Amino acid sequence: MTTWPILSVTTFLPLVGALIVYLSRGDDEAARRNSRWIALWTTLITFAVSVILVMRFDASNADFQFVEKANWLATGITYHMGVDGISLPLVILTTAIMPFCIIASWKSITNRVREYMMAFLILETLMIGTFSALDLVLFYLFFEGGLIPMFLIIGVWGGPRRVYASFKFFLYTLLGSVLMLLAIMALYWNGGTTDIPTLMHTAVPRSLQTWAWLAFFASFAVKMPMWPVHTWLPDAHVEAPTAGSVVLAAILLKMGGYGFLRFSLPMFPLASHDFAPLIFTLSAIAIIYTSLVALMQEDMKKLIAYSSVAHMGFVTMGIFAGTMQGVAGGVFQMISHGIVSGALFLCVGIVYDRMHTRDIAAYGGLVNRMPLYALTFMVFTMANVGLPGTSGFVGEFMTLLGTFKVSIPTAFFATFGVILSACYALWLYRKVVFGALVKPSLASMKDLTFRECLTLFPLIALTILFGIYPKPVLDMSAASVQQLVNNYNTAVTAVKAAALLQ
Amino acid sequence: MSFETAGYQLAPVLPELVLAIGAMALLMLGAYRGQETTKTVTTLAVLLLIVVGVLEYMLPAGKQVTFGGSFIVDDFARFMKILALIGSAATLVLSTEFLSDPSRRIFEYAILVLLSTLGMMVLISAGDLISLYLGLELMSLALYVVAASNRDNAKSTEAGLKYFVLGALSSGMLLYGSSLIYGFTGTVAFTGIAAAATVSNVGLVFGLVFLLAGLCFKVSAVPFHMWTPDVYEGAPTPVTAFFASAPKVAALAVFTRVTLTAFPGIVSQWQQILVFVAIASMVLGSFAAIGQSNIKRLMAYSSIGHMGFALVGLAAGTVEGAQGVLMYIVIYVAMTLGSFSVILAMKRNGQPVEQISDFAGLSRTNPLLAFMFAMLLFSLAGIPPLAGFFAKWYVFVAAIKANLFTLAVIGVLSSVVGAYYYLTIVKTMYFDEPAGQVDPMRVEVKTVLAVAGLFTILFALFAGPVVSVASAAAKSLF
Repeated sequence: MTTWPILSVTTFLPLVGALIVYLSRGDDEAARRNSRWIALWTTLITFAVSVILVMRFDASNADFQFVEKANWLATGITYHMGVDGISLPLVILTTAIMPFCIIASWKSITNRVREYMMAFLILETLMIGTFSALDLVLFYLFFEGGLIPMFLIIGVWGGPRRVYASFKFFLYTLLGSVLMLLAIMALYWNGGTTDIPTLMHTAVPRSLQTWAWLAFFASFAVKMPMWPVHTWLPDAHVEAPTAGSVVLAAILLKMGGYGFLRFSLPMFPLASHDFAPLIFTLSAIAIIYTSLVALMQEDMKKLIAYSSVAHMGFVTMGIFAGTMQGVAGGVFQMISHGIVSGALFLCVGIVYDRMHTRDIAAYGGLVNRMPLYALTFMVFTMANVGLPGTSGFVGEFMTLLGTFKVSIPTAFFATFGVILSACYALWLYRKVVFGALVKPSLASMKDLTFRECLTLFPLIALTILFGIYPKPVLDMSAASVQQLVNNYNTAVTAVKAAALLQ
Repeated sequence: MSFETAGYQLAPVLPELVLAIGAMALLMLGAYRGQETTKTVTTLAVLLLIVVGVLEYMLPAGKQVTFGGSFIVDDFARFMKILALIGSAATLVLSTEFLSDPSRRIFEYAILVLLSTLGMMVLISAGDLISLYLGLELMSLALYVVAASNRDNAKSTEAGLKYFVLGALSSGMLLYGSSLIYGFTGTVAFTGIAAAATVSNVGLVFGLVFLLAGLCFKVSAVPFHMWTPDVYEGAPTPVTAFFASAPKVAALAVFTRVTLTAFPGIVSQWQQILVFVAIASMVLGSFAAIGQSNIKRLMAYSSIGHMGFALVGLAAGTVEGAQGVLMYIVIYVAMTLGSFSVILAMKRNGQPVEQISDFAGLSRTNPLLAFMFAMLLFSLAGIPPLAGFFAKWYVFVAAIKANLFTLAVIGVLSSVVGAYYYLTIVKTMYFDEPAGQVDPMRVEVKTVLAVAGLFTILFALFAGPVVSVASAAAKSLF
């Protein structure tokens, strides 16, 4: 059907854009404007190309589509790309969020604009590549490569403690990933290849499953992040520039969940089954503990960062429930959280650009001066809480439903998270938006500009659309999720039956 | 007495002969025409190295043995020799500026580099302990002199002396080990030793330990690394670049050849030594570099760590391991030459600056230089998609196959520690306020940096052919 390598084009278009930005020399205002526009157009064209992927995607087919294969390294390591119903939504999420990031940085970044835009475009290539790589080495290349631009984004354009935050982000993530690298090597010798579809059908001995699962877990748990290895996230979020936080929350965190879905569950079903209680416990702790921590925050970005950890707890819980609802809910929750948390960071960025502080105490009564902002912020707060009618509800509900069938205590404790999220999110909203406008510094606040509306309104539309009509995302992933769940359950029951016979 | 000519063809040693005669001719040129010829001699030396490299490449394929088995030319030797020649040629190119100073117009510099390279080539092709020692000494003696080539500088002289004293000690150990091995196997040829050394006996293992100690000194692996930081810091920067590239290639090549072809029967004996040395080098290289403020000292510890990583591949003792060593050394040479061209380019008002703090804000004053160095540093840290990642991949994949899990885990963890100090330099360049303009780069430094930098950044695109060449070279050892 496809005559041109559409997936590779989507992946590497931003890199081409970065090259064009590099070639546009100069450091005056005109050059800055040029690099902004080039970056914006690149992300928009990339998005447009990725829409072709959606249109040509056959949702009833559970296998990988748009597959491209080429020789790369010697034996068994190839350039293999492709997407299925689990990765395609994440690819689209990436291409869709990036233009907003560029627009959000339009005015707030005035320093080294060219390098900034290049870093974001390179990051986009690496993120899309992560989701569409079908070879473990290629995956690792994209997965780890993303550290470099993100390190620079936090470190060069970040806040006062940016050095600490960028180092912590880099080293924490690297530490988790190198262990995964060793597991990839072990899988390579076990299967003779690093081809992901082949490895999914290669039997892995039980002991190797356990070790490999733990090694992959080390990487994805840090990336996700799961409690107790989440501590890099609040620092990174707080110090990163607005668009950096958006990318981090909306896309980079999803790599962990994607990794669990793509590798842990299909390749190590038995180990996943064995370790599911561990995941459930950590998820439940993450949901309750980080929600409580969020309640105590005085910094807006930090609060949202902790709420992200809590929401990712729902994702891990749903994925390792291994049920149709749980896994599909996990995928949906990732997409929904990508939209909502990204939008929340944009909202914080908007007031930060005006006041240059993220202290919750510095705000109050914004509704009097910024009615449009108050409305927007409310929609996303409600989505964060998981109010029915917003996309946040669908994901949380499905993951809880899926987990309930497997582990009632986990579902029970996780439900507290829904209540707690209402506590901190509404508290934040009340402190910032409601009340009397008494602080003199806030008196001259302007409401959303056209540019800001442009970034937020499409996200509002998506949040509500997916809240009421989640079918597009669920349908897209249904076949692949079904296959994943079936394979997982078959593997687990086979072992259980064998154990009973003995 | 009839001289058996069949085993003594000269064709396989043609490149070495050309190099030796060429070096002598250049010596005559310099001796009769005086120090003004420095520039000419250096240029001709580079050309000579290129010619030798081409000759080496054009030698008939397959394994050839001459001088009664003491000189071997196979794919492995060809690969390593061409790499060493590239390293020597690149460092000679980088030395142009150093040699252009009126007080340092020494034409002998290029000759010494040529002779040292000749030693490396003999070393790489060594098929018995005698030619090993000959090559090693020829290489090292020239290196001792080169280290002290900045005569009027106390640090440079100290570096030369230190290197000589410790080098002589290590040669002694190597000789002592060789004599023990000869005593217990009755032969100096690697093939003969391999045939005799099927069961480990104490005397042989003693000899092996001393031999490996001597070789560890040459690759600067822990615990024989003490000389490295002082020599790297004291020697003139182009000389340091030379020490860090070509001799390391040769030493690692002979290390690989000796362990794999002379002692394949007692792998478990030398494997435990290599595992220890590799772990110690990786850990020390990572932790000790953190406290350094001089970039050349830091690169010294970095090279100790990198030799540890390369030895991880060797410790596996398999074809994959040898391939890993080859991949590692190719990429390491490129990264090292690139990094040292950056260090050479760091000059303010004609004065070289060597403190890490001098790199502050380089990304604003010299964006391209900073970007290249940042990429080289990320590559040294082993971050994909840069070349350094593939180097680590191939050595660790061999270690995993050989079930050396502890080694692999400690290795990757120390690479994370190592990433910290590379990041510190990136941080200095990108996050800190500028410390002032850097002098414009000289064209030869720029060229070396561009080639090495592009090799590092774009390695993923042409990794396939490199891997297959390395794989063929590794197979030729078995």
